[in-house]
Amino acid sequence: MSGTYDAIVIGGGHNGLVCAAYLARSGRNVLVLEAREKVGGAAATEEIAPGYRAPVFAHLLHHLHPAIEKDLGLAGHGLALAARGLATVALERSGRHLRIDGASVTRFDGPGVSEADLAGYRRVRARLLKYAKALKPMLTEVPPRLGTTAWSDRKSLLKLGWAIRRLGRADMREFLRIVLMNVADLFEDEIEDELLVGALAFDAVLGEHVGPRSPNTVLSLLYRLSGSAAGVQGAVAVPKGGMGAVADALAAAASAAGAEIRTQAPVTRVLVEGDRAAGVVLDSGEDIRAPEVISNAGPKITFLDLLGAEHLDAGFVRQVANIRTRGSAAKLNLALKGLPEIQGLPAEALGERLVIAPSVGYLEEAFNPAKYGEFSPRPALEITLPSVHDATLVPDGGHVLSAVVQYAPTRLEAGWDAARDGFQEIVLDLLEAHAPGLRSLVVGQQLLTPLDLERRFRMTGGHWHHGELVVDQMFMLRPVPGAAQYETPVAGLFLCGAGAHPGGGVMGVAGMNAAKRVMAREAVG
Amino acid sequence: MREAHDAIVMGAGHNGLTTACYLAKAGLKVLVVERNDYIGGATVSRELHPGWIYSNCSYVSSLMRPEIVRDLELAKHGLQVIPYDGGVTLTQDCDYFAYHNDHEALYREIARHSRKDAEAYHRYSMDLMRQCRFIKPLLLRAPPDPTSFKPRDLRELLFLGKKFHDLGEAQMYETIRFWTMSIADFLDEYFESDVIKAHLAGSGIIGTALGPCSPGSAYILLHHYMGEVDGNIGSWGFARGGMGSIAKSLALALQAHGGEIAMGAGVEKVLVKGGRAVGVALENGDAHFARTVVSNMDVKRTFLKCVAREDLPADFLEGVRRFKIRGSSGKLNIALDGLPDFPALPEGAPFRKGDTHFTDSIERMEKAYDDWKRGTWSRDPYVDMMIPTQIDPTMAPPGKHYMTVFVQYAPPELANGEPWDGPNRDAFGQTVIDQIADYSPNFKDLILHAEVRTPWDIENEIGLTEGNIFQGELTFDQLVFNRPVPGYAQYRSPVKGLYMCGSSTHPGGGVMAAPGANAAREILRDLGAKQTVREMAR
Repeated sequence: MSGTYDAIVIGGGHNGLVCAAYLARSGRNVLVLEAREKVGGAAATEEIAPGYRAPVFAHLLHHLHPAIEKDLGLAGHGLALAARGLATVALERSGRHLRIDGASVTRFDGPGVSEADLAGYRRVRARLLKYAKALKPMLTEVPPRLGTTAWSDRKSLLKLGWAIRRLGRADMREFLRIVLMNVADLFEDEIEDELLVGALAFDAVLGEHVGPRSPNTVLSLLYRLSGSAAGVQGAVAVPKGGMGAVADALAAAASAAGAEIRTQAPVTRVLVEGDRAAGVVLDSGEDIRAPEVISNAGPKITFLDLLGAEHLDAGFVRQVANIRTRGSAAKLNLALKGLPEIQGLPAEALGERLVIAPSVGYLEEAFNPAKYGEFSPRPALEITLPSVHDATLVPDGGHVLSAVVQYAPTRLEAGWDAARDGFQEIVLDLLEAHAPGLRSLVVGQQLLTPLDLERRFRMTGGHWHHGELVVDQMFMLRPVPGAAQYETPVAGLFLCGAGAHPGGGVMGVAGMNAAKRVMAREAVG
Repeated sequence: MREAHDAIVMGAGHNGLTTACYLAKAGLKVLVVERNDYIGGATVSRELHPGWIYSNCSYVSSLMRPEIVRDLELAKHGLQVIPYDGGVTLTQDCDYFAYHNDHEALYREIARHSRKDAEAYHRYSMDLMRQCRFIKPLLLRAPPDPTSFKPRDLRELLFLGKKFHDLGEAQMYETIRFWTMSIADFLDEYFESDVIKAHLAGSGIIGTALGPCSPGSAYILLHHYMGEVDGNIGSWGFARGGMGSIAKSLALALQAHGGEIAMGAGVEKVLVKGGRAVGVALENGDAHFARTVVSNMDVKRTFLKCVAREDLPADFLEGVRRFKIRGSSGKLNIALDGLPDFPALPEGAPFRKGDTHFTDSIERMEKAYDDWKRGTWSRDPYVDMMIPTQIDPTMAPPGKHYMTVFVQYAPPELANGEPWDGPNRDAFGQTVIDQIADYSPNFKDLILHAEVRTPWDIENEIGLTEGNIFQGELTFDQLVFNRPVPGYAQYRSPVKGLYMCGSSTHPGGGVMAAPGANAAREILRDLGAKQTVREMAR
C-alpha cells in the first residue's frame, strides 16, 4: 500500500496530466496512474526507425489553451515550438497547388484564385473567426444543466446567449443561420474554386464520421477555429520534439507541483464504498485509496469497464452505451532518408501543412465507404514533415512524414488486421502520385488504424476525442445529458478526458475544467 | 387605378387557396390567379390516361391541419380522407416487415423479426409522441425573430422558452438531441433489425436532400409523423377522388365566401409603386390591382422572377439566392389493368393497401442518397408506392387500378450535363419499374400507361423551383426563424403589402396548409381586419 492520496487520476493522457497539475497546485496529494510505459496517451512521439522519431497521432498544436500554458508555466518545463503559423497547402495532382495563409490565397506558379473567390473567402473567414471567438469562452465553462434553478447554470446559459447577442443583429442572424449548416454549402455559396473549398471543408471533418455535406459541420469548424497557436486564432504550430514533448512538459509541470506519476500501472476497477468512490484497483491486485478519483479514460471505459453497470441506473447505462464513438482517422508515419519532392511545390513549402482534399466531391466520395464499414480507396490526407523544422527528430538529412488519413472507420467489415496492408499501400500510392520517388526514400513506416489506436491508447473507437464531437454530443450533452459537468452519478468519481466538454485534440481544457470542478465540489462536501 | 379586389393570391396551390379562404372569410374581396388551367399546384388529381385519375404529385394526406379543415368546413365542401392501415417493406429474401396501426398486431410483427426490437418499440413510440406533442402547437404560430426586441417577438420567445422548459430537464436534452441527430443514429438507439429501421427511416428522408445518415434527418421524421387523420397522430389516408379533392374543397370554400379564382392567369410581375405592392401584371397582358398581394410560389420564383430587382433590398435578394431548394425526388403514376401480385405478401392483408417499400436496409437507403450527391438518380432507389384504388375505387375503371410511386433520389440536374427531358427520364422510370417487378412477376404486363416525373417535370409543370416538393430544403439554416430568409420569417416580404404563403415559409412543406393559414393571420393583423385564423392554444 502506498501513501495517502487526496486524488487519483486514472490515465496520464494530456488531460489527465493537466488535471493532476491543477489539483496538485491546490495542495492536494495527487497520484497519476498510467497503464503504458510513459504518459501522454496519444500525444506522443515515438521512434519508428532507428534515429527517426515521429508524432504518433496528433502532429499539430492548434488548440492548447493559453491559460494552461500560462498557469502551468509550460515554457519553463520544456514546451517550445519548432514552427508557428504554418500555411495550409492544398495539393493538386497537376501541381497547381494553392497556398492558404490566413486571409491570403496564392499559387506557387502564377495567379491564385479569382478576385471574387478571394473576396468570398475573406468574407466567410472573417465571419467564422468572429463567431468562433464569440463562442470561445464557452470552452472553459462547465456546461450548464437545463431546467435547474441553480444560478451557476442560468449564468452559463445567459453567458452563451449574451455571447451570441453581442455579435449585433446582422451577425446574430447570420450565426443562427449557419451554425448548423453543412460546410460544403457554406463555402460553395461564396467560392467557386473547388480546390479551395475542398481544403477549407476538410478542416471541418477531420477526425469525425461526417462528410462536408453533413449538416452541423459548420459548428465543427467553429470549434476548430476557436483554437489558437502562438496567440494567433486559427493558426497551427509544430511542437519541438513532437507532441510527446508537449506531454512531457505537462508531466514535468504536474510533477513540479507535487503530483506523483506511476507508469505501467493499469487500473482495472474503481473502488466504490458506501456509494462513494474510494480509490482504484490495479491489475496487479494492488488497491490504492483516495476520496477523489478522476478518470482520463473515455466515458464508456470509465462507466462500463472501470466502474461497472451495477453502480449505475439502467437509463444511464443505456445512455452511455449509446455514445457514438466511431473513429474515422488512421495515421501513417514514414521515416524518409531524404526530403521528398512534390511537383510544383518549392522545397521550403514542404514545411507547411499539406492537405490532399481536392474538392467536396472527393471528400464525400472518401466518406461514403466509411458508412458501410469500408475504408476510402481514395483517402484524404493531412500531412506534415515536422523534421523540416525540427532536426532533433531525425538523423542527418533524414525526415519524417506524418499523415492523418481519412476515412478509416473503426469497424471494418473485412477486419483491420487483414486489411491494413492493402490500406497502407493505397496511402503510399497516393503519396507517391504527388511525390514521385517517395517510396524509394522510405526506411521505416508505421500505420495506426483506429483499431491500433484503440488497443494502444485505450481510446474507444480510436477516436481522438474519445467519442464523436458533434452537436448532439457536445457541451451540455457530453458525455451524456445531465452528466456533463465532470461529475458522475458516483460521488467522488469525475471525468477529465476528451469524452467530457470540450473534447480533446491536445487542448487540456477538459482536464483544467475537471480540476476546477473537483476543487469546487469537494470544498463543499 | 380602381381596385377591384382587396387581395390577390398568386398561385392556387393548397396554401394559396387556404390563405385566400381565410381572407375571404374576413370579408375581403379575394382573387386567386393561377397559371395552369387547373388548380391545386401539387395538390391535384389529373386524368392523364382516359378513365384514370392520378394524384400525380402529392399522393397522401395526413399533415393537413385539422384546425384548418374545421375552420374552412372542408368536409362540407366534399373533402373526405380515408385512413389506410399501415404499410410494408419487402425484403430481398422474400420476407417483409409490416407496419400495423393496431398496436398488438404491430408488436407481434416486430417480435417476428426481433424480440429486442418489440420490447423497444413502446419506448420508441412514446419518445416520438412526446416530440410530436411538443412541436404540434408550433406549426400554427409565426416564428419569433430572435434578434428583435419587439414585444411580440419577446413574448413569443418567452412562450417558446417556457414550453421548452416545461418539458423537464431530461426531455429538454432529448429534444435537442432529436432535432440534431440523424434518423439512422436515432433508430440505432432502439432497434437492431435492418428492415424495421429502414421502414421507419423512410419518413426521415422523404422530400429532403438528406440521407438517413445525415444529421438533422430525425427531425424530418417528426415532420411526417405529426399529421393526424381522425385524431390518430401519425396515421395517413387517401383523399377520396385524389389529392385534387383537397384543392377542390378549398376552392368551394373560397367561393362560398365570395372569393374568385382565375385560371390560365399566370403572373409576369408584381406591380410595385412607391415601395408598395399595388397589384399584378399577368403573362397574358391583363393587370389586377389590390393593396395586398400574396405569393404561393416558392421564394425563388417569386423574388427572382416576378419582382423587379430594384424593388428588393440587397441582403434579402442574397438570402433568396442562397436559399437551398434542390429537388431530390421523382414520381411515377401508373395505370394498371389489374392488381399486381406480390407473392411475398399474405393474401388479403390490410397493409397491402398502405405504403409499400422495397428498401430493406439503411445502407441501401444511404447508397441511394450517395447517388444523388453524385448528380445522378439512384440506381437502387427508395420508393413509397401505393395503390389507392384498393380503398378509393373512384380513381380508375372497375377492376382496374392506379399506382402512385414516389421515388428518391433524383437530382434537379444531372451531373453529366444531359437533360432530364428524353432518354434519361425513360431510364429513370425504367429503374423504378424494374425494382417493383423484382417483387411482382405480373407487374410489367399490367402497365397500361406510366407518367414519369422528374424534378425537371415538376418545375416545368407546376413551377416548383428545381423540383423541390417542399418549396425549400428542411435543414436548420432554413427552418423556423430562418425560413425562408433570416429576418423575413413572418410571411412579410420587404415590399409593403407583398406576402409569402407557400411552403417556403414556416413550417415548411407537405400538404399541411399551415403556412397558408399563418400567412393569412399576419395579413389580417396588418390590415386591422377581422381575424379569422385562430392562434394555436397557448
